[in-house]
Amino acid sequence: MTTNVSDIGATPEQGDAEEHAKLLPELVAHLREHRTELREEWSTRITGAHLLSSMTPQEIASETTSVYDNYVEVLETGSVEALRRYARDLSERIIPRGVETHEVVGIVLLLRDVLARSLFKKYQQDFGLLNRVLDAYEPAANRIANTVAVSFVDERERVIRQQQDAIRELSTPVLQVRERLLILPIIGVLDNQRASQLTEQLLHGIRTHRAKVVVIDITGVADVDEPVANHLVNTVDASRLMGASVIITGLSSEIAQTLVMIGVDLNKMNTIGDLQGGIEEAERLLGFKVSKTDEA
Amino acid sequence: MLVSILRQGDFLIASIHTALDDTELLRFQQDVVTQIGTHRSRGVIIDVAALDVLDSYGSLSLRNLAHIARLRGAVTVIVGIQPDVAFAIVQLGMAVDVPTALDLEEGLALLEQLTPGNRRGRSTLDVLGDLS
Repeated sequence: MTTNVSDIGATPEQGDAEEHAKLLPELVAHLREHRTELREEWSTRITGAHLLSSMTPQEIASETTSVYDNYVEVLETGSVEALRRYARDLSERIIPRGVETHEVVGIVLLLRDVLARSLFKKYQQDFGLLNRVLDAYEPAANRIANTVAVSFVDERERVIRQQQDAIRELSTPVLQVRERLLILPIIGVLDNQRASQLTEQLLHGIRTHRAKVVVIDITGVADVDEPVANHLVNTVDASRLMGASVIITGLSSEIAQTLVMIGVDLNKMNTIGDLQGGIEEAERLLGFKVSKTDEA
Repeated sequence: MLVSILRQGDFLIASIHTALDDTELLRFQQDVVTQIGTHRSRGVIIDVAALDVLDSYGSLSLRNLAHIARLRGAVTVIVGIQPDVAFAIVQLGMAVDVPTALDLEEGLALLEQLTPGNRRGRSTLDVLGDLS
């Protein structure tokens, strides 16, 4: 017992790898043996803490079993690869269900506590041994918690990036409505990034569709700041250099004020009240004549 | 060959095939202006479709060329400005007050408009006014 007491002062670093290698299998065997009761206790604590409220009890039961087994496996093999894959897979399934980061981190920490408690109970007779067991257990457990949390956050970020890309793709359609007439309806917030994307799409669209007139409809944009307003004016100029004239429709009073504030040259900007007027003007420029048939 | 200057009826078609340095630009300018006189051209098309970049000196030279050609009696249209080049020109404030068109075909059509039949047709400004 006295030797054990001196061990208490030993830092975990001094507890050598050999000792861990000896203790971990014992630990793993213990956790395997008490798998059912520990897992159930864990589930109870999850429910008690109101975590994973968006999942059914059956789902929680099956996921906790998988997590438990993975957890023990990591303790045994020391490799987090399989766990990382599983955690990513799990995240993919539960993120659409609205599971939050704190819940995922919470359940892993709960499992860590539940298992640590059971170790306390098992080794309470031998304090020195308990210490060594915890020295072996804690770094591994921390690594597991870390891996799961990072995988979850990574997965979330991946989803967010994917959605951002999707929004970016959708946000600036360039539509041809007549031969050599393009329409760009813009809805939502027009920030710097989206404005430069708009310019790029528009200029390339002019070339591919051989457009002569472009109608940019910004009815759906409430307000823009001065850099974006400047960018808009530049886009109009650049389009002109490519041989297309631009008509801007649906300017809100705020945007009109911003454009005047930055001192835009009104001779260069062709603006018309609404989209209908813009299309009519564009048709006139291109020499289209739209008329009703007699029956209508 | 860095540039080619071809005669097409009353017009000259000058294509720039590669980025030109300052001396080459001046040489190009001189060549075009001389040929306007030789061929009694009424219009010049400068095709810059092969250029991925155009610096401020380049765009200034093109503008000067257009103005000189104007004084020699020919209207200049710049065609084939690439999207990135167009935006760079605007962003750097290198305003090009020269008529522009999408490509050679459009440029020829625009020149026909700018130089109708006789030499004293409508001025460039009139037509530009109609377009904008």
